[in-house]
Amino acid sequence: MTDQPLSKRARMKIARQEMPSSDVRVRLGSFAEVNLGFTEQIALLEAQRCLDCKRATCVDGCPVSVDIPGFVVEIERGDLAAAARILFADNALPAVTGRVCPQETQCEAVCVLGRKGASVAIGYLERFVADWARGQDRDSAVAMQPSGRRVAVIGAGPGGLTAADELTRRGHAVTVYEALHLPGGVLSYGIPEFRLPNEIVQDEVRRLEALGVQIECNVVIGRTYTLEQLRAEFDAVFVSVGAGLPVFLGIPGEGLKGVYTANEYLTRVNLMRSYAFPDADTPVLHGDRVVVIGGGNVAFDAVRTALRLGARTATIVYRRGRTELPARVEEIDHAEEEGVLFQLQVSPLAIEGNEDRWVTGVRCVDTELGEPDESGRRRPVPIEGSERVIPCDTVVVAVGTRANPLLTSSAPNLEITDRGYLIADDRGMTNIPGVFAGGDIVRGSATVILAMGDGKRIAGMIDEYLCATEVTVNSKPSASTVATESESQQSLTDAVPSVGAQQ
Amino acid sequence: MSEQLTTRVPGTPGHEVITNTQLSLDVHKLVVRAPLVAAGRQPGQFVIVRLGDGAERIPLTIADSNADDGSIVLVIQAVGKSTNDLVALSPGDRIHDIAGPLGRPSDLVAEGTVVCVAGGVGAAVMFPIAQGLADLGADIITVLGARTADSVVYADEFTALGKLIVCTDDGTAGRKGFVTDALADVLDERSANVVYAAGPVAMMSAVAETTQPHDVRTIVSLNPIMVDGTGMCGGCRVTVDGKMRFSCVDGPEFDAHGVDFDELADRLGTYRHLERQATTHTCRSAG
Repeated sequence: MTDQPLSKRARMKIARQEMPSSDVRVRLGSFAEVNLGFTEQIALLEAQRCLDCKRATCVDGCPVSVDIPGFVVEIERGDLAAAARILFADNALPAVTGRVCPQETQCEAVCVLGRKGASVAIGYLERFVADWARGQDRDSAVAMQPSGRRVAVIGAGPGGLTAADELTRRGHAVTVYEALHLPGGVLSYGIPEFRLPNEIVQDEVRRLEALGVQIECNVVIGRTYTLEQLRAEFDAVFVSVGAGLPVFLGIPGEGLKGVYTANEYLTRVNLMRSYAFPDADTPVLHGDRVVVIGGGNVAFDAVRTALRLGARTATIVYRRGRTELPARVEEIDHAEEEGVLFQLQVSPLAIEGNEDRWVTGVRCVDTELGEPDESGRRRPVPIEGSERVIPCDTVVVAVGTRANPLLTSSAPNLEITDRGYLIADDRGMTNIPGVFAGGDIVRGSATVILAMGDGKRIAGMIDEYLCATEVTVNSKPSASTVATESESQQSLTDAVPSVGAQQ
Repeated sequence: MSEQLTTRVPGTPGHEVITNTQLSLDVHKLVVRAPLVAAGRQPGQFVIVRLGDGAERIPLTIADSNADDGSIVLVIQAVGKSTNDLVALSPGDRIHDIAGPLGRPSDLVAEGTVVCVAGGVGAAVMFPIAQGLADLGADIITVLGARTADSVVYADEFTALGKLIVCTDDGTAGRKGFVTDALADVLDERSANVVYAAGPVAMMSAVAETTQPHDVRTIVSLNPIMVDGTGMCGGCRVTVDGKMRFSCVDGPEFDAHGVDFDELADRLGTYRHLERQATTHTCRSAG
């Protein structure tokens, strides 16, 4: 929009723009999104801060290598359609990553402006462009030559959806199998609406369906079909099932009423909309005093959810210190604004209950930080004599997840680690030819964007693999009937009506 | 498992209810089209059913299935809002989501005499297990308990598989008294190889106590609260032999002598105060 390009000096004089957010009092009464998004004016100012570096380090900092200066320059020029085209070319879900990526440890961490001042607000700009694009008619129907190859993707989470997007763009027919009744994986059941509105996730899913991706909900691979069946029917399979099994603390009292895993607590509220109970049928306990054990993004999602469900106190109990909290800085800041209490360097010993087996408190001990452990973080060491009980009626255990054995137990030939994770080579291929894997089921619990990075990278490998192999499975008589039937179907999910663009 | 992947019937989304038969005052038998589930399901497995937008996900045992016409049988006792909504369905109505088959198939021990103990709607949980055992040639004695004659379900089906002993609390059908009394008599009379039990937690717990002195292997099918049914939420955790197990992926069947039934019964009561709220809310909106 500027007549003359701004000088570097002028650019560096502009302050980093703040994200407008809703008032704390408004937030606590609803699940509405906290961050309100940049206006076009704010976005323009922020875009002008970008120096359009020749060697754009920010791109290296991005797990899906978004051409960050490319789209930011288009914002500055006022060509949002061009910005969106650049963004979507590298990132299947920018409205999602613009909201949930830990930018401060990725692209923004390596932005040159960050060396002396504040980095460009890349995440906010990404979100701005993606949200703008949601309101536009997008030319999602990319003309492509059908390859005649069919790929099954297991799991409609961020990794699976990204892979489906990439593979479809390369002309392969993709069917995504999802165990739950709604696609999105952790984006749908885990991340709360106040951070990532579900409508945004379902919008992205609809866009992929319009592109030709077939999504089959309520299909549990390992139960409804085996991996072997899928391998026989498809030219390649991408396993992106995540690490869905919740980890417990292994302390007494986890069987008491009022103890949830973060997965259950968040699934009830987000996927099943139990905040609307009894208008929605799934209940959730509205704790008066809620303790959340853990310090990651999931723990912060749970503790902020508790406040929105009306908790008088909502407390994070974390065994290390503030600087070790793995959650995004913005989530920690928002939690503090909202009145979340912190019990840092505190380690839980037992959950206590009354005679009716309802939770009454968490017995804890203070810790001091000792030598770094195998994770590189300083090991919390209990301080003798510091035991005490934090009174509460609800406890949410948010200390991570691990591999779910559902799929692997039905695929005895698939090589796994002793902790149940899949083993994949440099190409993302498992020991079974044509079966690829990525995301949390290979790398262990990580982030949305790392799963997406895997989905994108391995989709490329699958494409190479397909181009290098003869079409064999499709020549089987049994497969062709399946293909024809499934192509004529509509999606079954209510929230995701098929856009009917399969052909 | 089928030879090739069964595909859904094209057309309207969801699963058509083919028939709805009332078996007793509050128990209905629904035959529902679910070809993916019917194709590969085995005894002991269940489905997660979600009626539609805003509905709960609830686990239901697959009582029977027909792979040829792609139908499954669900037997539902109307106890809360979700189950009342399901039993109110008419032929032609649709259930939006059915995921499955879930859970590990039954461990069918078909040698010698097998005693199947079922209470109330647990009869529908036990029937596919008994049927599977009968197919393998087991000698089956079923002990079927209910409150009164009117609430006895699946009696004819069990009779077709072997000997049936009916027990009612009020003596209006069969023996008067608890299933455990009849079970104790059976175990005194002859040596059973294995006992299966499905029904209310108190009944399963009593069965475990009854078989313990006889040193008979006893398998129970548990019914805890579940959300996803795939191991993701941990809500269905039960303690077996002192270890935490998930009913949905490790079960639903476990060795009865290791199950902490008190914890199971207790956890089933987590939402009792809220269930009433859901039901009255429905009554208000209906009225």
